Amino acid sequence: MASDNYEAIIGLEVHTHLATRAKLFCGCSTAFGAPPNQNICPVCAGMPGTLPVLNRGAVELALRVGLAMSCEIAFESVFARKSYFYPDLPKGYQITQYELPLCRGGRVELPPDREGRSRTVRLTRIHLEEDAGKNIHTGGASLVDLNRAGVPLLEIVSEPDLRTAQEAGAYLRELREILRYTGASDGRMEEGSLRCDVNVSVRPAGSEQYGVKVEIKNLNSFRFVERAIEYEVGRQIEALAAGATLTQETRLWDAGRSVTRPMRSKEFADDYRYFPEPDLPPLVVAPAWVAQVRAKMPELPAERRTRFTRELGLGPYEAGVLTQQRELADYFEALAAQVTNRRSAANWVMTEVLRFANESNKPLAEAVSPAVEAAALLRMVEAQQISLNAAKTAFAALCAGWQKGEHKSATDLVAELGLTQVSDEAEIAAACDRLLASESVKVAEYRAGRDKLFGFFVGQVMKAMGGRANPKVVNQVLRRKLQS
Amino acid sequence: MARLEIDSALVERVARLARLELTEAEADRLKTELAEIVDYVGQLDELDTSTVSPTTQVSESGTPMREDEAQPDPAGAEILAGAPEREGRFFKVPRIVE
Repeated sequence: MASDNYEAIIGLEVHTHLATRAKLFCGCSTAFGAPPNQNICPVCAGMPGTLPVLNRGAVELALRVGLAMSCEIAFESVFARKSYFYPDLPKGYQITQYELPLCRGGRVELPPDREGRSRTVRLTRIHLEEDAGKNIHTGGASLVDLNRAGVPLLEIVSEPDLRTAQEAGAYLRELREILRYTGASDGRMEEGSLRCDVNVSVRPAGSEQYGVKVEIKNLNSFRFVERAIEYEVGRQIEALAAGATLTQETRLWDAGRSVTRPMRSKEFADDYRYFPEPDLPPLVVAPAWVAQVRAKMPELPAERRTRFTRELGLGPYEAGVLTQQRELADYFEALAAQVTNRRSAANWVMTEVLRFANESNKPLAEAVSPAVEAAALLRMVEAQQISLNAAKTAFAALCAGWQKGEHKSATDLVAELGLTQVSDEAEIAAACDRLLASESVKVAEYRAGRDKLFGFFVGQVMKAMGGRANPKVVNQVLRRKLQS
Repeated sequence: MARLEIDSALVERVARLARLELTEAEADRLKTELAEIVDYVGQLDELDTSTVSPTTQVSESGTPMREDEAQPDPAGAEILAGAPEREGRFFKVPRIVE
């Protein structure tokens, strides 16, 4: 296939809302879901004669993200005006940062893949800017809601270090977790708090030169980002393989048809006439402030992964899966603290907990019975009171109830479903005797050398005892009886 | 530095970026006036600024900041009431996409 001869070069620009109470340059609320134009004032509505005053909280959150991503923090950064006309931009310009951003450089470590390979994505910059309002196009008019105008945004620009759609997805998920861990953003894409533009080019494998770059806009879900990259890489390779030339352009993702299409020239103006914002002196961030923010930094996903591998003995891939969501990692830690075998706790969270969380499409806390109940089940498994399968059955029932608002204890449920494991030798021996007596032909075959039949005998005894027998004891008893 | 040449094409381009519609007479007058303004500012070229970093602000203390506290502004409702056209709680403008 021709695609093996090409390499994709991908860079991402991510915009995220910062979780402040007030807007970036005025005191209006940033609350999502207010009635249209409820949270507006003369500043964010662009009334003449008003002046912006920078929100310290937004700067602090930006600093946290910058430090979490190992950026260099600029002692002095400068706001700039980006001019364009659009009804959702009442001033006729957006206040952003251009030549001198707050954070420069930086990097994001991606969690290791199944083969244990990790990757580092370098960042170009992180800067602060204000969001625009929202337009709704209807009939012959456009309706404008300025609630979002002036809400603080952080723009995180990566270097072209990504090579596949999957890597881009992994990068976005890691970014979202860092934003959540630092409290900078809730990372909810559906409310527009995380938006993404993608730069994609392809080049022949082994080539040092970059190909012609295409920018894709309008991506508001991780799934769309991955699909748009896949489509665009395929389109570019096809064109190059056919000997066509690509044009540098901006394209839009059309979610309805799952394709990218060129933006009409009217849809973008590329003369933004950036110049330093005269209404705002430079943003000065004293080293003491940076030190203070650094001292208050929480543990980050990459640090947590390292701790999980070093202190809890997990593999790098397992640690990556468990830290992909803060809530999941918290659940695992709560569970691991209450059981002896941390590896079984890890397996439990990666299979059972993740399954119910994914199937229900709800936040973890609503989808899955609390860790204390899972811990009770795992302790019963450790004490050989129930089998692992019985624990899974019980957990499924606990989660189903939990999602409906019921709260049962693991102990009660195990009793109610009759899942207690039978380890009593006499009871198991009786069941074995009954089986061996009824299967005299197979017993003779086994003794004649058909070793494989042993598994059959175990299965039949388990079945006869309704799956509640302790398989270890069944094995021992059967082996003894068949040898004699 | 080479002096900026103000010609009709530039005037037209600046007018388009500013969403201004100019008559031919206005464009001609602006061409002359803009050239005079650029000439006037051009006097600064006599200074050697090769060792001076660009100055965008004369304040030395950095921008003042406000605490992150949300305060509803009563003027919000007045702004909406003062809109030339409204629909419900929205500002209404001519349709901007086809």
